[in-house]
Amino acid sequence: MQEFFDFFSFGYIQRALISGISIAIMCSLIGLFLVLRKQSLFGDAISHMAFGGIAIGTYLNIYPFWTAIIFSASSALAINKIRYYTKLNADSMVAVLLSFGLGIGVTLISMSDGFSVDLFSFLFGSILLVSYEDVLITVGMVIIVTSIIGLFFKKFIYVTFDEDQAKISGLHVEQLDYLFIVLVAVTVIVSMKLVGILLISSLIVIPNIASLMLNQGFKRTLFISIIISACSVFFGIILSYYFNTAPSGMIVLLSVGIFIAVIISKYFYQNINIFSNTSRIK
Amino acid sequence: MQIVKVSSVSFEYGSEKILDDISFNVDEGDFLGIIGPNGAGKTTLFFCMLGLIDGYNGEIKIFGEDIRRNKKILKQIGYIPQRKSIDTRFPLTIKELVSLSITNKSYVDNVDKVLRYVDLYDNRNKIIGQLSGGQQQRVLIAKALVNNPKMLMLDEPTNGLDQTSQDNFYLFLKQLNDEEKITIIWTSHDLDAVNRLSNKISCINKKMFYHGTKDDFFSNDNNLKKYSESQMQIHMHSHY
Repeated sequence: MQEFFDFFSFGYIQRALISGISIAIMCSLIGLFLVLRKQSLFGDAISHMAFGGIAIGTYLNIYPFWTAIIFSASSALAINKIRYYTKLNADSMVAVLLSFGLGIGVTLISMSDGFSVDLFSFLFGSILLVSYEDVLITVGMVIIVTSIIGLFFKKFIYVTFDEDQAKISGLHVEQLDYLFIVLVAVTVIVSMKLVGILLISSLIVIPNIASLMLNQGFKRTLFISIIISACSVFFGIILSYYFNTAPSGMIVLLSVGIFIAVIISKYFYQNINIFSNTSRIK
Repeated sequence: MQIVKVSSVSFEYGSEKILDDISFNVDEGDFLGIIGPNGAGKTTLFFCMLGLIDGYNGEIKIFGEDIRRNKKILKQIGYIPQRKSIDTRFPLTIKELVSLSITNKSYVDNVDKVLRYVDLYDNRNKIIGQLSGGQQQRVLIAKALVNNPKMLMLDEPTNGLDQTSQDNFYLFLKQLNDEEKITIIWTSHDLDAVNRLSNKISCINKKMFYHGTKDDFFSNDNNLKKYSESQMQIHMHSHY
């Protein structure tokens, strides 16, 4: 037991838990809107764009965090603008973004010295290596993103629910869309440190689809999703420490485990209900 | 008092003419039924009137304002889209859904009031997907009424409802028009319902071939013949 409490006294564990849970909250918040817009893979696309942005930063010797944000947000905005005019499906545009980001990344890496350790940490995450400054940046970004979402909360819900009705009610749908894309880009890039580019959509999508299966109202769905996400991160980090595995993988496996548990519980709950109703009829 | 003036509105999508020189007026307190076959342009006409489509020729004035210049005027309209366009799996309680439409903080207290009015107050914490088709339609009405609109626009509101739900819904609309004095414009395929509810009728099939009182429309066999022919034309187009 003492060993368990000692675990929390390690500075790097404290930093990992604080930044991890902050990121879990932010990903659930942004992710619920993405899932409901049927753009679950948009986060994945942005993260691949970020890969291109990181490669640009590495190639030009600029801090990759900033090039990733600028490159992925501006590309996503441009692609969204193209979608408005061409009326192409969102999933097709996701495929374009995804390939474009990877294409740029791979090309620039092949022009430099190949893969570096840093690039691998962006690809697969390195939450146990976050510094005190990283924690400050992460928590700061989470506060900014959640405040902006909070400020426009009802408007974002309305646009997600029905774009046309939102327009009739006087909302500036296109501007809200652009703001949302920038928030997605910031969320994905801040979260990359935790689970890495390749696994980012797990934190954005899985807790939300598990929560949606419980058929609750919007605020409750969001709350449950945040709990699932935060628990996955918290216990994922603890388990990875004890089993000496990669935390990002453990976090993803745990969230998938919770998702499967929700499916099974729902199945049994419905069958028990049907069984008790049938007994009553008899 | 005239509150809607549609003047020579035409709209093309690509090379196809969807609306061709449509003109009509609506007075305060009217209950206007817009009839026409599928593909006649009824929903497109609604989208033009609601400011969702701007690229039309002609002019639409609502409450005296050109809606392309002043979209704020749309806040005085309650719009009820076709029910099939609503995502019933969206995680919103009825109360959350109705609250979404509020355009001014002073209407926040209206949420409970309109939910009682449509007899859904006791179900306010249910998810929209847990309701029957008739109840979902009443939620959409509540949502449209929450800002105290002067006019309601309904696009084929009874599509997919059973006969009892349809009849209840029609009674409810009549009550809104008679007692709350709300002007109503609605599109429908149901000629019988339009005859029972509306005082005016517009009949369109890309072009407008009738606009006037219900009594004139049904007393003239020529109008009914034209309406039947337009239905037939669309039917033929869909086959050939």
